[in-house]
Amino acid sequence: MQSVHIVSAYDEELKYLSKRIAAMGGHAERMVEQAVAALVNVDHGLAQKVIQDDLVLDEGQREIDDKAIIIIARRQPMATDLREIVGAIRISADIERVGDLGKNVAKRVASVDGRQPNSLFRGIEALANLALTQLKEVLDVYASRSVERIGLVRDRDDQIDAMYTSLFRELLTYMMEDPRNITPCTHLLFCAKNIERIGDHATNIAETIYYIVTGEQMPADRPKGDKTDKIVLPGTVPAK
Amino acid sequence: MTETGAGRDNKGQAWAARLSRNRWLLGASVLAVLAVYFFAGVSVYVLVLALAALAAAAMLPTDAGRQPADAGAAIEASGLQRLSGEYLAAAVADPLIIFDHSATIVHANAAAFAAFGGLAPGMSLSLKFRAPEMQALLDGILSGQVAADAVDYTEKLPVERTYRVSASTVGHATGLYVLVFKDQSETRRIDRMRADFIANASHELRTPLASIAGFIETLRGPARNDAAARDQFLQIMQNQTGRMARLIDDLLSLSRWEMKPYLGPGTEVDLRQTIDSVIDSLGPLAGENGVIIEREFANGPLVVPGDRDELFQVFENLLENACKYGQSGGRVTVSIAGSEDGQQPGFDVTIRDYGPGIAEEHIPRITERFYRVDVESSRTQKGTGLGLSIVKHILTRHNARLSIKSEVGKGAAFTVHLPAR
Repeated sequence: MQSVHIVSAYDEELKYLSKRIAAMGGHAERMVEQAVAALVNVDHGLAQKVIQDDLVLDEGQREIDDKAIIIIARRQPMATDLREIVGAIRISADIERVGDLGKNVAKRVASVDGRQPNSLFRGIEALANLALTQLKEVLDVYASRSVERIGLVRDRDDQIDAMYTSLFRELLTYMMEDPRNITPCTHLLFCAKNIERIGDHATNIAETIYYIVTGEQMPADRPKGDKTDKIVLPGTVPAK
Repeated sequence: MTETGAGRDNKGQAWAARLSRNRWLLGASVLAVLAVYFFAGVSVYVLVLALAALAAAAMLPTDAGRQPADAGAAIEASGLQRLSGEYLAAAVADPLIIFDHSATIVHANAAAFAAFGGLAPGMSLSLKFRAPEMQALLDGILSGQVAADAVDYTEKLPVERTYRVSASTVGHATGLYVLVFKDQSETRRIDRMRADFIANASHELRTPLASIAGFIETLRGPARNDAAARDQFLQIMQNQTGRMARLIDDLLSLSRWEMKPYLGPGTEVDLRQTIDSVIDSLGPLAGENGVIIEREFANGPLVVPGDRDELFQVFENLLENACKYGQSGGRVTVSIAGSEDGQQPGFDVTIRDYGPGIAEEHIPRITERFYRVDVESSRTQKGTGLGLSIVKHILTRHNARLSIKSEVGKGAAFTVHLPAR
């Protein structure tokens, strides 16, 4: 994976960074998983646990920042090493954001009473599964450094966007049907948005890994499939 | 009494042996202590105490001396010495990973490669198994606080699997550790199946049950003597019980695919032959609906790794849907082509109908359980809302993908990308 340095402590430090990133990633995966489970099963206890777990990620990010800065100052890294360290800073920031988004979903559990149609929760669960699969694949690529798999990760972003667009439309329909649905459905809409953002952060991480390994930026043809900006349901078209 | 005497003799010999084994170290230590006594001028009591402590330390049993002798005898007796660790690992049916003090994979057996994609010697375990409980397990073992430990580890995606993972040190001072994964998915699956069944079935079975209950009430009351109505109601009741039975079948097979772990290695499927037999088996249904099935198969061998029965169900569900919901188009095309997807060479099987098509907002969601584009047409076509869920789960197990393209009014195309080995 890496060439060996004359100072073996340097290798240890770099290894420690990637180990911490992986641990943070595992923690974030678990948080998102549990936040969505808490939302679908209206489990307030689990939601509270997720909210508290976020502290671990905040601390992890600060630790990685500190360690990375110290390595840069002390070892004057070049080339791959420098990219590795800067990449670690960026990835840990992305993972920390994923944790925040998971925490936000967990916070909204209290405002959603679970009386909304089952299909909505299934939709959010399916969206979360897509986002989590993406996050898992990205972190697996970070472990294996097999950047040729990154293309697949980007493809999945399309699916997430399509799913989000469909959920957006369905939520609007429920809100129009009955104004009493507006409060819970708005919260669900934010949950869906948060999950969709998790997918974006996974894509960011994928791009960072590509940069670490190859030293080149990924081509910028990142697909943009979120069409919710154009959704207007019949009957809600603003009067001219 | 004689036995204790002999025991004491043995002990005496052992002590003597330890003293003689440690003689050089002991001599050097005594010299050092004496030097400190003469030059530093400490009290004579300290000198005596230090010498006594040295003698005692020398007589303590040492692992280094004793262990290889005992273990060596055992290994020679059973001829284990020539046994390579690699062979032993390969003989274990459960995933097994050997790693070193920095959590780097030294060796993984075939079962581990099959269970966890993307493993390679030299890779860091803590990067691959990121779940907090796995991290804690690895940290505990590597820090030397515990010699052996076990946790439950669940992988949710792409297929849910649960393992009892035990970690332990290998031998004495080898610097190697081992992880063994015991698959518990089966037990978990049965629990889950029950919970799922109650959650889904109670909801979905309620509608037909309510309708049957209503008709029974009518039959016993107002329609008691109305022969025509009775026949009609009995017909409806029969349809409803048929629907309940189909629903239960589908739920059971869905639970089975959902939780069945990864695909067994080695089996191959001839796509041409499988799809031909799917088309044959659906011939009557297509005829009933007035749909003609067209074939466009590529030349050459069309073989992919997979399970024939499972893939049969995939194509059966897809083709059945095409015949039912694309009825108005009058024809359905089934094509097999070499995949142009550069990342994963394989085959694309496309089932295309020319019916009303599916609106864009439904496409990402139609593989969800019980998601129906149009509840009414699904009911009349005897759909359970589970067909595409089953397709999706089987394809996940095959490492394959389903892509759906459709435009309203122009029909729909369901493409299965199956990777070749």
